Amino acid sequence: VIIPDSDLWLVGDETLGEHLDRRGVSRRGFLTFCAGVAGVLAAGPLAAGRAVAAPTAAQIADSLSGMTKPVLVWLQLQECTGCMESVLRSGDTTVEELILNLVSMDYNELLMAAAGEAADEALAAANEQDHILVVNGSIPLADGGAHCTIAGRSAESILRESAEKATAIFAVGACAHWGCVQASRPNPTEAVGVDAIIRDKPVINIAGCPPVPEVITASLVYTLANGAPPPVDGQGRPLFAYGDRIHDFCPKRGRFDAGQFVRTFDDDAARSGYCLYEVGCRGPNTYAPCPIIRWNLSQDWPIGAGHPCIGCTEVGFYDRFTPFYEVLPTLSVPGTGVEADATTVGLVGLAAVGVGVAAHAGVTALQERRATRAAEKVYLPLVGDLPTRERPLDSDSPPPATEKPTKEGDQ
Amino acid sequence: VSERVVIDPVTRIEGHLRIEVIADGEEITEAWSETTQFKGIEMVMQNRDPRDAWAFAQRICGVCTVVHAIASIRAVEDALEYPIPKAADLIRNLVLGSQMVQDHVIHFYHLHALDFVNVANVPNADVDAAVAAAVALEPNYALNSTARLQAVKDQVVRVLESGQLSIFTNGYWDHPDYRLSAEVDLIAVSHYLDALAWQRDVIRINTIFGGKNPHPNFLVGGMASAINMNNEMTINQVKLNQVQALVTRTLDFVENVYLPDVIAILGAYADYLDIGRSNPSYMALGKGGYNCAGYPEPPDGFRPGVMLDGRLEVIDLDLDKIEEFATSGWYRYSGGDVGLQPWVGETVPDYTGPTPPFDWLADNERYTWSKAPRYDGRAVQVGPMPRVLSAYVQGDAETRDDLDPILRQLGAEPEQLNSTAGRILARAVEAVEMARQLQRWFEELATGIRAGDVQTFNPDKWEKASWPASSKGVGFAEVARGTLSHWVRITDGAISNYQAVVPSTWNGCGRASGERGPYEEALVPHPLVRPEQPLEPLRTIHSFDPCQSCGIHVLDVTGAEVAWATVQ
Repeated sequence: VIIPDSDLWLVGDETLGEHLDRRGVSRRGFLTFCAGVAGVLAAGPLAAGRAVAAPTAAQIADSLSGMTKPVLVWLQLQECTGCMESVLRSGDTTVEELILNLVSMDYNELLMAAAGEAADEALAAANEQDHILVVNGSIPLADGGAHCTIAGRSAESILRESAEKATAIFAVGACAHWGCVQASRPNPTEAVGVDAIIRDKPVINIAGCPPVPEVITASLVYTLANGAPPPVDGQGRPLFAYGDRIHDFCPKRGRFDAGQFVRTFDDDAARSGYCLYEVGCRGPNTYAPCPIIRWNLSQDWPIGAGHPCIGCTEVGFYDRFTPFYEVLPTLSVPGTGVEADATTVGLVGLAAVGVGVAAHAGVTALQERRATRAAEKVYLPLVGDLPTRERPLDSDSPPPATEKPTKEGDQ
Repeated sequence: VSERVVIDPVTRIEGHLRIEVIADGEEITEAWSETTQFKGIEMVMQNRDPRDAWAFAQRICGVCTVVHAIASIRAVEDALEYPIPKAADLIRNLVLGSQMVQDHVIHFYHLHALDFVNVANVPNADVDAAVAAAVALEPNYALNSTARLQAVKDQVVRVLESGQLSIFTNGYWDHPDYRLSAEVDLIAVSHYLDALAWQRDVIRINTIFGGKNPHPNFLVGGMASAINMNNEMTINQVKLNQVQALVTRTLDFVENVYLPDVIAILGAYADYLDIGRSNPSYMALGKGGYNCAGYPEPPDGFRPGVMLDGRLEVIDLDLDKIEEFATSGWYRYSGGDVGLQPWVGETVPDYTGPTPPFDWLADNERYTWSKAPRYDGRAVQVGPMPRVLSAYVQGDAETRDDLDPILRQLGAEPEQLNSTAGRILARAVEAVEMARQLQRWFEELATGIRAGDVQTFNPDKWEKASWPASSKGVGFAEVARGTLSHWVRITDGAISNYQAVVPSTWNGCGRASGERGPYEEALVPHPLVRPEQPLEPLRTIHSFDPCQSCGIHVLDVTGAEVAWATVQ
């Protein structure tokens, strides 16, 4: 279960001591900080009534000066905790390896021991250092942020504080990516994703509701190992996980090409494991690694268990992909076995229903996808309208460097 | 001298919870439970296809990631008078039940244990002595070995000596009320890590039938996982064998590790059988995992009902006596401060609190995003403890057999289950019983399949053309944190009203009808030795297993009318 002695770190060869020195933090200031930690370490023997010498502040300072593990701040804002639960399910790397060996997760509300003021102080201390920032959850802007507060502060202010000294920012899950279910029509709390708030730093979007567990941990480990986050597509999603569609690697693809479709759940075709396209599968329009990595220690995945993909890695899927059990209006070329044409046909079909601009942009981008994916805005045709609320701007913020498609832009 | 103490964030829970208390000396004299998150999912569900509703409602919570989906499909099926095949029913139960056991274990080890277990004490443990103690306590558990406990101790020492304490940063490790020996602390931390691996494994029952977890897939009218013993892609003998193995490992851990750990740890904290006592009124519709469309009629003779005012006798449930108040919640009722039955409820969010940042909320009459449900004017507790207590009072043989020896060992009376320790104990007992039930459900499914009962979906009411112009329904489930119900009204093929009445609102609500909510009541009075290290109140709050994202969803959208008569 435990893999000891991992020596990966983000900051290269520089220790905390060297780092603080370079940044002008005095030894005296550092010792003051460490005195608090000494109190912590004195705890155990004290509680057990044993005379075991606790390390002094100076000893801890020496130890911390050699600190080699990156600090991780893992926020949970307006969300359901499903993404943290997903992390708990990660096979390799496991959550225990991540938080005990690879990083020091100094703040995470689901797992941390401290609460209240002690937790808030841990957050403040971590925010003062270089750290990796992971965010679960959206940021509700209505009513001055009163729809999600932590320690009396709004989700937006918590996010901004933690982003300030973050060396890498990961928006994990659909809520942090674009707002997810609570941002769907009519978006009662005016929820937005992380990259609608943080504009001066790149945000890596680990898409999905929730994302595949191993994609979350692998994104972090990639960053630790390479000193930089993984290359991403136009939505900020890592290519190693979101480079291809469900449809591209679906084990039922042969059935699609052969025109062998489930017409009703539990019909003879369903009992033969046929393609779920006609009962609403969104796999043809969804970029996700589910058929490759699969879920829960590679046990299975949604389509494998007989239910169509609902497209949870795509922006706006609760509005654009619903009703979930209605067939995609575009890929109606069953049995031809020529899927490249099917995509084109689908895009043309969508143009006919009024989202032509985005569709044609999609065609162009698709043709060159592998070469230019990281730089292009690729939005595949989706069902229904785009979300009505788009990335509200603060009056004093610069315009976003990249634009998600707006409703107007699609018409 | 009285002092204001704020615990925000309350960590190791689902969602966002803030507790404000007044402390006087070493005792809490007043308390407020404040939910600080609102998502408005019911509003988003308006006008959607009711067959999609589960996928929206499910995202209320990713911890109890199964229960809202199940309550939702049950409600829709009740509205459409949509019967489902027996095999689908059993598969749903297996998915719900397996997730519930897993949820209870995660709650104890990962969300609660650090209130009792001192990680910083682990380096002082004598590994040989710890192994001896662990083997004596749990002789059937293979990982109670010298190699394992030594590896865990080494791991903890490495983390502590590094000075980078990760999730243990700023914990209350010098608090005088950590009581366990270093050896028991080591055993518990070892099982904390074991439980992480265990839960990754056993949750795969969800994956086999629902494709993934968190947020497995469901289907109105049945389940999407077709059964065909002669196909590679469907539920076949390979998958049934996997489910059986997972059920076995589920029961093995909760019976041989979780429950013995709980009893051992509570032995050192037995005074918590008298701390954390809350409102002595309880609701339970069935044993854990029971779920249904329409009015609850649990199997095995369990009588759905309430026990009120400390009288341990079950009164039949009368859903007309459920009312919700907005007295302390940020909602506006057209009729002022009255109690409204859920089916005529109103939800107009009306934030009147201070604009963030703020320091103190409890000076305001309204201080939470939770409404306050009441039964016949009383705050009632829901959850494993009320379920186990109700089963015990009703004379359920399994519950008596399980509970009596433990109560004797701890020197406790059944009514002392209404306490911090009692809630922890009831949850562990329920996990064992739930795991046994998984085995029975699995055998019923496998036996049925052998007899040719392989239908998993009923197509009769799938198409909208088969639906009435207007209908309404309700689904109930006794889930990890208590009694859950979803209410839906369907008009012209779309959702015209949706509401969820959920466990953490019953337990975590604020004041109404002149009474504190259960979290609040459990904290008054309550020990608090060091206000800056609120370890003792955290023990009691965590004993309820707070799930605050759920707790905000006791609402409907304006002017709902779901006439109970039609669903009874």
